Amino acid sequence: MSLSAKEKVIVKDFFEKVSTRSDEIGAEALARLIVVYPQTKSYFAHWKDLSPKGAPVRKHGITVMGGVYEAVSKIDDLAGGLLTLSELHAFMLRVDPVNFKILSHCILVVLSMLFAEEFTPQIHVAVDKFLALLALALSEKYR
Amino acid sequence: MVVWTDKERAAISDIFSKLDYDDVGQKCLSRCLIVYPWTQRYFGAFGNLYNAEAIMNNPMIAKHGTTVMQSLERALKNMDDIRNTYAELSVLHSEKLRVDPGNFRLLSDCLTIVIAAKMGTAFTPEYQASFQKFLSVVVSALGRQYH
Repeated sequence: MSLSAKEKVIVKDFFEKVSTRSDEIGAEALARLIVVYPQTKSYFAHWKDLSPKGAPVRKHGITVMGGVYEAVSKIDDLAGGLLTLSELHAFMLRVDPVNFKILSHCILVVLSMLFAEEFTPQIHVAVDKFLALLALALSEKYR
Repeated sequence: MVVWTDKERAAISDIFSKLDYDDVGQKCLSRCLIVYPWTQRYFGAFGNLYNAEAIMNNPMIAKHGTTVMQSLERALKNMDDIRNTYAELSVLHSEKLRVDPGNFRLLSDCLTIVIAAKMGTAFTPEYQASFQKFLSVVVSALGRQYH
């Protein structure tokens, strides 16, 4: 599965359109990750405050969303463009890749929640594919 | 045995009380067929599924979406024994319809997303957790009779 030229445009346009609320999207997606999938909290045991509306979760959600936007800018070569991030996740963070799927789902739910009219099925499929390819690129250096 | 907290029961009931089954059912099923096109393999007799517009305007898909929602309501009304409530449906899906159980999760993900669109910020993380727990119990019950 790869993104067609048309889908790349759809993804870039949509993320551009919602960019003013990217912090909110990131914070909300990460909050949902730890509430709906409590097992993911295991990666954040070093935080003093694991409440979904707390500062560490919000800050990290913003960081993660920043990574997603970086990936959008490198949509023509995700594996190459996300090499450093992949090394980070593979060697330092060692996040099990199954969690990329889970976080992608949370991002989709938040996009649907905040942009109900705009998040049509056609945009949904393009964004879902993009997030899956992003996850694949992040897993590049795992083994 | 699935244990439901009072909060979970309340959240799931609240979500269902706000749903128009015709609207949500149609949106959910058509979204699934568009986002995961391989699921169309089960709807060969449903007429024109040629593109997203055709799928979204297909009356047979809309009607089936309503059927799915009505089945989910049965699970809601029998929340403490979804397993037995769905025993016949599980046999139907495995023996007659021969649906790969992986598809149940795809459909339930689409339903979560359609309900998020409908409810907006009222679809809190806690609501999402309760609803996804309900759907995972349903999905598990549907997959039980496969062998």
